[in-house]
This record gives sequence, C-alpha cells and structure tokens, in this order.
Amino acid sequence: MTTQLPKTLRAPFSAGGASAIDAQLANRLLGHALGAGGDYADIYFEFRVSADYVLEDEQVKTLGRGITLGLGVRVTKGDATGYAYTEDLAWEKMQHAARTAGQIAAGGGHAPVGINPHTEVRAPSFYAVPMPSLMQPAIDKLALLRAADKAARAYDPRIVKVEASFAESIKEMLLFTSDGRMAQDIQPMLRFGCRAVAEQDGKRQSGSGGGGGRYGMDYFAQAATDAAAHGREAARIAIAMLDAVDAPAGEMPVVLGPGDSGILLHEAVGHGLEADFNRKETSNYSGQMGKQVASPLCTVVDDGTLPSSRGAINVDDEGYTGQKNVLIENGILVGYMHDRLSAKHFKLKPTGNGRRESFRSMPMPRMTNTSLYAGKDDPSDIIKSVKRGIYAKRFSGGQVNISNGDFVFSLTESYLIEDGELTAPLKGVNLIGNGPEVLRKVDMLGNDYQLSDGIWTCGKDGQSVPVNVGTPTVRISAITVGGSQV
Amino acid sequence: MSSGAQITEATIKELKDVAQLAVELARKAGADDAEVIVRDGSELTTKVRLGEAELVQEAGSRGLGLRVLKGGRRAVTYTSDLRREALEALCAESVALAELAEVDEFALPPDPTLLAKQFPELDLYDPAVAEVDAAWAMKQAIMGEAAARKADKRVTNSEGATWARVLGATAFATSGGFVGGYRGSYASLVVEPLCDDTTDPTAPKKRNGYWWTADRFLAKLDDAEAVGLEATRRTVATLGSRKVETQECAIVFDPEVARSIVGTIFSVANGSSFWRKSSYLVGKEGEQVASKLVTIVDDPLIPRAPGSRPFDGDGLATRKNSVIENGVLSPVLCDVYSARKLGRESTGSAGRGIGGNPGPTTSNLIMSAGSATHDEVIRSTPRGLYVTSLMGFGFNAITGDFSRGAQGFWIEGGELTFPVSEVTIAANFDEILKRIDLVGNDVEMRSSTVAPTFRVSHMMLAGTSR
Repeated sequence: MTTQLPKTLRAPFSAGGASAIDAQLANRLLGHALGAGGDYADIYFEFRVSADYVLEDEQVKTLGRGITLGLGVRVTKGDATGYAYTEDLAWEKMQHAARTAGQIAAGGGHAPVGINPHTEVRAPSFYAVPMPSLMQPAIDKLALLRAADKAARAYDPRIVKVEASFAESIKEMLLFTSDGRMAQDIQPMLRFGCRAVAEQDGKRQSGSGGGGGRYGMDYFAQAATDAAAHGREAARIAIAMLDAVDAPAGEMPVVLGPGDSGILLHEAVGHGLEADFNRKETSNYSGQMGKQVASPLCTVVDDGTLPSSRGAINVDDEGYTGQKNVLIENGILVGYMHDRLSAKHFKLKPTGNGRRESFRSMPMPRMTNTSLYAGKDDPSDIIKSVKRGIYAKRFSGGQVNISNGDFVFSLTESYLIEDGELTAPLKGVNLIGNGPEVLRKVDMLGNDYQLSDGIWTCGKDGQSVPVNVGTPTVRISAITVGGSQV
Repeated sequence: MSSGAQITEATIKELKDVAQLAVELARKAGADDAEVIVRDGSELTTKVRLGEAELVQEAGSRGLGLRVLKGGRRAVTYTSDLRREALEALCAESVALAELAEVDEFALPPDPTLLAKQFPELDLYDPAVAEVDAAWAMKQAIMGEAAARKADKRVTNSEGATWARVLGATAFATSGGFVGGYRGSYASLVVEPLCDDTTDPTAPKKRNGYWWTADRFLAKLDDAEAVGLEATRRTVATLGSRKVETQECAIVFDPEVARSIVGTIFSVANGSSFWRKSSYLVGKEGEQVASKLVTIVDDPLIPRAPGSRPFDGDGLATRKNSVIENGVLSPVLCDVYSARKLGRESTGSAGRGIGGNPGPTTSNLIMSAGSATHDEVIRSTPRGLYVTSLMGFGFNAITGDFSRGAQGFWIEGGELTFPVSEVTIAANFDEILKRIDLVGNDVEMRSSTVAPTFRVSHMMLAGTSR
C-alpha cells in the first residue's frame, strides 16, 4: 500500500497504534499459549472497517458503518486445536485467551516447545490500492448508486423497481507464529450490486448485476464496470426473463457461458480438493492423486495471485504467501489446496490456502480464485453443436456434498438451445450432477476464458470468505436439468 | 475447569445501562431518535473425530448496534468497543452519516404508547448449560461419535461429533423510552458418520449423514448415544443411492425438510417482501394460497422454546400471529417500518441484528399437525419420492418458481424401497402449497421452525432419461 492510511483506518495493533503489538509482546503471548504443552501456536490480530450504502425506491435509504477489532489465538497439539478469541486487546484479556486456547494441550506432559525468533514473511502485492475507497467521500458512492438506478430505469420502461448497494471494507491483519513467521497485510475490498424488477401484464421478473474486487474507486472508471453498466445488466436480465418459459426436466447437454459458470468448478471439484477433507479421507477425491478425475480437456487452477481479484491474497491467514496452484492438469489430479495442518499431514509445503473468516474462527483450506483454463473450440461452434439442450449464462450460487460429490447450481439466466441456436429464455432452474462424473463429460472447451467480475462469497463450516471463479465456454455432454416440463 | 460463563441479572442490567447511555449520547450528538441493541455472548465448541479431540473453542464477545434517525434520515453503525469515549465517537459519526441519507417519511420510531412495558417470563435460560465445561462437552461428543461408529460396521469413517453451547444476553433501548433485556441458552450435539459406498464397484462413493439434538435446557437434550445411533441409521440407509427416471410423482417431505419449506413460505409472506413487491403472494392476503390442510402460526410466547422472545426488535410486545389458516393467507408478519409502508400496524415481528435495520423475522414458526401418522402418509402413497434432504437455492420469490436438488427414498406400493440421490424436484411454489394433500401428526418442537411430514400430490422429478 503506497498511500499512508489515515489513523482511523489503521489498526490499533499496528506500529504506532494505541495497542501496538511488537515481537516481544507477541512472544510473551505465544509463551502463554504454549504454556500447557502445545506444539504450535499462532496469534492473529484483525482490524476491519466497513461501510455500506443502500438505494431503494430512488432514495438512499440507509448508510452503515462498522468496526471490528480482535485477536484469535490458536494452539495445536497433533491434530487437535484449541481456539480462543477476544475483542479486548488489554493484556490480561489477551493472556486469558492465550491460556484458554492452550488448554487443549493440558495433560500432555511434554516440555513446552520453544518459540523461534520472528522473520517477517515477504509478501507480494497483488492489490496495491493507492487510495482505498473508504478514504473517499461518501457522496461519491451515493452518486454511483444513483447512476446505476438511472441506467436500469432508462434501459426499459418496464423496469418498475431498482435496488443498488455498495459495500466497502479494509481489513488489516497481523500474525505471529511460534515457528517464527510474522506476516501483515492490508486488504481492501469493494462490492457493487444492482437488482432490477421488470413488470409486464402482471408478470414480474428480476435480474441482478454487480462486481468488484480488491480495488479503489478507479474500478468504476472503466466503461465495462461502471455503475451504469451494472444497472443496465440487471435490467437486461429482468427484461429478458419476462418471456421465460418453464425449463425442461431430465438429462441433456448443457453449454456453460464463460466467466460466472466457474461456479460449477468451485462446487463440482473445488471443495473436494480442499485438503482437510482429503486428510480426513471424507472427500470423494481422497486417494485419487495422480489419477484421471476429469476429461483430458480440463486443467483446473486455484490462483491467489490474480491481481485485484476478489479471491486474491498476498498472504494467507497462516502467514503463507498467495500462490498459483494447479489442481487438475489435463484431467489428472495433481494437487490439493492446503492449510498448515493438512500440508504437515501430507508432508508438503502449504499452498497459501489457509484462510479464515475473521479472528473468531480458525483457518481452513479454502479456495481463492478458481479457474478452468481455456480450450481450443470456438464458442459459437460449441452452441451450434447442440441439437437440444441448455445454455447457462448467469447463476445465483451452488452447493456440494463433499462426500459423494453431488452438487447443484442454480441458474438465473439460461436459454433453450434448439438445433444449435439459442431460443427461449428459461425460468430459474437447478442443475444437479456428480462432480467427478460431470467433469468427465466435459467434451468441448472454448477459447474464450473469462474471469467472473463476480461478487462470490464461499461458505464452509459457517465461515464466509470472498472468492472468484473463471471459465471459458464449456460443453457438458449430459447433466440433469431440474425443470418442470418433460 | 469451572465455568465463568454464567449470565446473571447483573450482566443484563449492565447491558441495559450501556444501551441507555448510547441512546443518550446519540441524542446529545444531534439524533432525533436513537435505538441501541447490545449483545454479550459466549460460546464453547468441542469437536471429536475418530475418538480424538479435534477442536476446543471457547470465547466471549460483545457488540453494540446503533441506529440513529434524524428528520427521516437513517444510519446504522456497530462496534465492539463499548467504552464511553468510543461510543461518543460512534454517535457523532452516525449522525454525520445519517445526514447523507435521503428523507424516508416512513423511517420513524414506533408510537411510544405501543412500546412494551411488561415482559412475559419465557424461561429461556438454563444455568446448567453455562455450568458445562470443555471436558464434559467433549465427553458427550465422544460418546455420540463412538455410538455411531459402533452401531454398524459399514461406518468406516467419521466427520466427527460436535457438542456446542451458546449463551447470550440482549439489551435494547430506544429514545422513545423502551428498555428491555433478556438472556438465553442453547446447547446442541451433532454426530456425522461416514460410510464407503461400493454398491457400484466402478464408481465407489462416500455417503455422509448426520443427526442432532438441540435445546435451551441441558436436561432436554437427547442422549448422546441415541443421537449417534440415529445418525448411523440415517447414513447407512443412503448406501446404494441412485437416480430414478424423470417423471411426475408424489413427493413426501420428511419433517427435517418440511420445515425448510415452511421457512420458504415465510420468505414470501412478510411485510418486507410485500412492500418491495418481491413475493408472488403480494395481493393475496385473505385468499386461498395453500391446501386447506395447511395452518401455520408464528408464536414467540412459548416458554423455553428455541425461537421465543419477550419483545421484538422495535421494542414492541410480541404476540402469536397466524401465517396461514386452513390454507388462507393471514395478514403478513410486519415490523414497524414495513407495516408503515403497507399502511397498517406492526405484528410485533421485528428482528434486529447488531449491524442492520430491523425487519420482520419469525420466532417459533409452526405448521400444525394433521391427522395421519408418519407411517400412514407413506403407506397411503402408491408411488413417489420421500425427501430427506434438499440442496441448493433454486427458489425465485417473485415468480414462485421452485427447483431444488433432492435426496431420499423411493416409495413403491406404500413402502420405502431404495435410496435416491442426484435428482431435482420442481414446480411453482403456488402449486406445491395447493397440492399438499396429506399432513402428518408428527410435529416436534426441535428447532425454531417446525413442520410435520406432509405430501405434495405431484411435482416434476428430474433424473435419468427415460
């Protein structure tokens, strides 16, 4: 970060702050954490300032702002974890948290391990934002909401309702570990969303647009991602869906559009390759390393280094730098996403995927930006190749059962393909499939890879983290479409 | 390790004082009106996996949410820093933020005469839950998991067992003169066994399942071993799950999923979705929107129940409200704001979190029992799907289009025959509710939204091609 942040946006635990934490203090805390015999400890300080703005019925309805500050202490002994946290950075509160977390090791009876001197992890910079949006006047953000509202309404007179929202945050983290790592990072995030409702002859439909990432306000300076563009996109979908017909039911070929469809990957393979599930052998990908788990067309990569992308991380929440990790190469499973615990189990280096929602939760292997790389097919040829099927363009989300690999994802904009042409828009419908089976049925892959300008948030074990996805156009030879027409 | 987690009357008093102080500071900072919610809570989570402790998490946390109103303009802010000087700064910032909002003529505090003055004693806190220490909690988790693993040799792995408790105190104060506070406890045990399914040797799969118990009162929790046994029974039953052919058929919902259907009804039958016109039910109050067999109430006043509350998020007294009576949609649940937008009175249904505006929420949402037993519902169904779990979010509130992934058992001749997975069920929600043709009598107050087994005469099931 090049600009000096104003005092209100700097963490109290950073150098010069009201409760500045230095290596000496960190060592004392780690000492308390390991006092009962744990074999590893880390302390994670977090400060987060966020703001949000909502426009509805052409009015700025609510402005919100929040501040979160706290410390999470983790102690491990073998595979067991003790965790405690406090929002109060007074010494006795932090000490209490450290001792509470350390109790996991009580009764273990071996001598406390030492604490290594700290070396700061040299983190790369994938999201240098010279001027975080929180430093800009609120009035500029209200102007964005109005621009989206106006653009959505101007798109078509049948647009009867528009909601627009802008959320921004800046998170500062500081981590010390007993094995000598010290890491700090400042993580900006913004997220813009617009929802439009169209009405005609008593029928109503809605559409959503939005985007964001680890940017400053310059994100909105580009025509493709300015506020009006998001407003128009929401309106476009709502209007298109007014003519939607009931979707078919049953197995058929599905063509996934570029970008957002990466959600399929995230659900179908991504979660199953998070190494905690494989360490515990609870994933359907357990024991599949080196085996063909997808069509040879598929190369799947999780990449925390994509600049400014929503899932980018300079350093993960265990102090390992963000990395590009190949998971599946030409259909062969070659890597999992690791946190410290799973990397230790598999005797591998951590992959920079140890993430946590906040200081209140312990890190787990999580995705960052997950992509299916481009193939060679012309996207229009892919559509032309389908006699009867579905073209899926926008999604609201998905879900997977890690154990058996079954996943669903929900389409919000899709079209029937008849004789190689997109025809009627379809009402909202779910696709259901089995991860490994569906990935084996990828039989055409476009040359039009796109990273979603997404506002995806991934939930796992009650923890939410920002992620992103990307794909080219993909053809799946058969998947079950959950419509209502035979 | 004894527990210092107990929430006392003194804690509630302290939170009320902080809330009232913040109201006063906000008024001093220039707010016309201020509403403050303060929460103090603690958690203890213990998890075991394959007989070994995996996690002990223990911590307390506090937070304050402030909403200021000034000339019809609003701002919502929150902090975890409850010191006076921090609150002063928060209040000044909140008023400044509100000045940037636009005037919303409906954003007014409730009429002070409507504010609750007396509170029902709902008995929502069990000191015994607070007495539990990590060692005892871990022992329960160990017993639950061990029972699950021992029950059937097809259980080859485990996603663990988790015993957790949450204790919380909430205080709420407003510049209209409301001040109230209460405490609550909640304890739960979840057991999650895992099986290897080699029914199809060419495509081996893992099958997971779970069972749980939860209550505000420790003594009301089901026995840990019983939870483990039920978890295994449910998991083993899914071995060999397969798709079925695409077809229209009867769908029977197990109470575990029936309650999520009832939750979906609320998502389209509340004041907020009504004034936003984001519900297919808009304009249908007083009309038949479901089969006559469907009656649903929201009742916040049941002593000891999971969703009970003595006052709502606007400071109004809570009351039992009808949601659907014999299939007819009642006036929808409203908070003060949505009621004003719709030109009516609040139903005392406001929920309020730390960092947001209040909005209508459910308390204990209960679908009434019918006359058939659980077994009779299945026995009287010639052919269809008995659904035990749903996946995904395929519901469009505006149009009512419903399409979700489903797992369960195939019913043939009134018997559960084989397990089914990887199919979807779809229909318009309006059709689903009107096609409910049989309702079970098996309602149990296990969670804040409950329903009996019920059957929908027909829906489209998508699976394999014919």
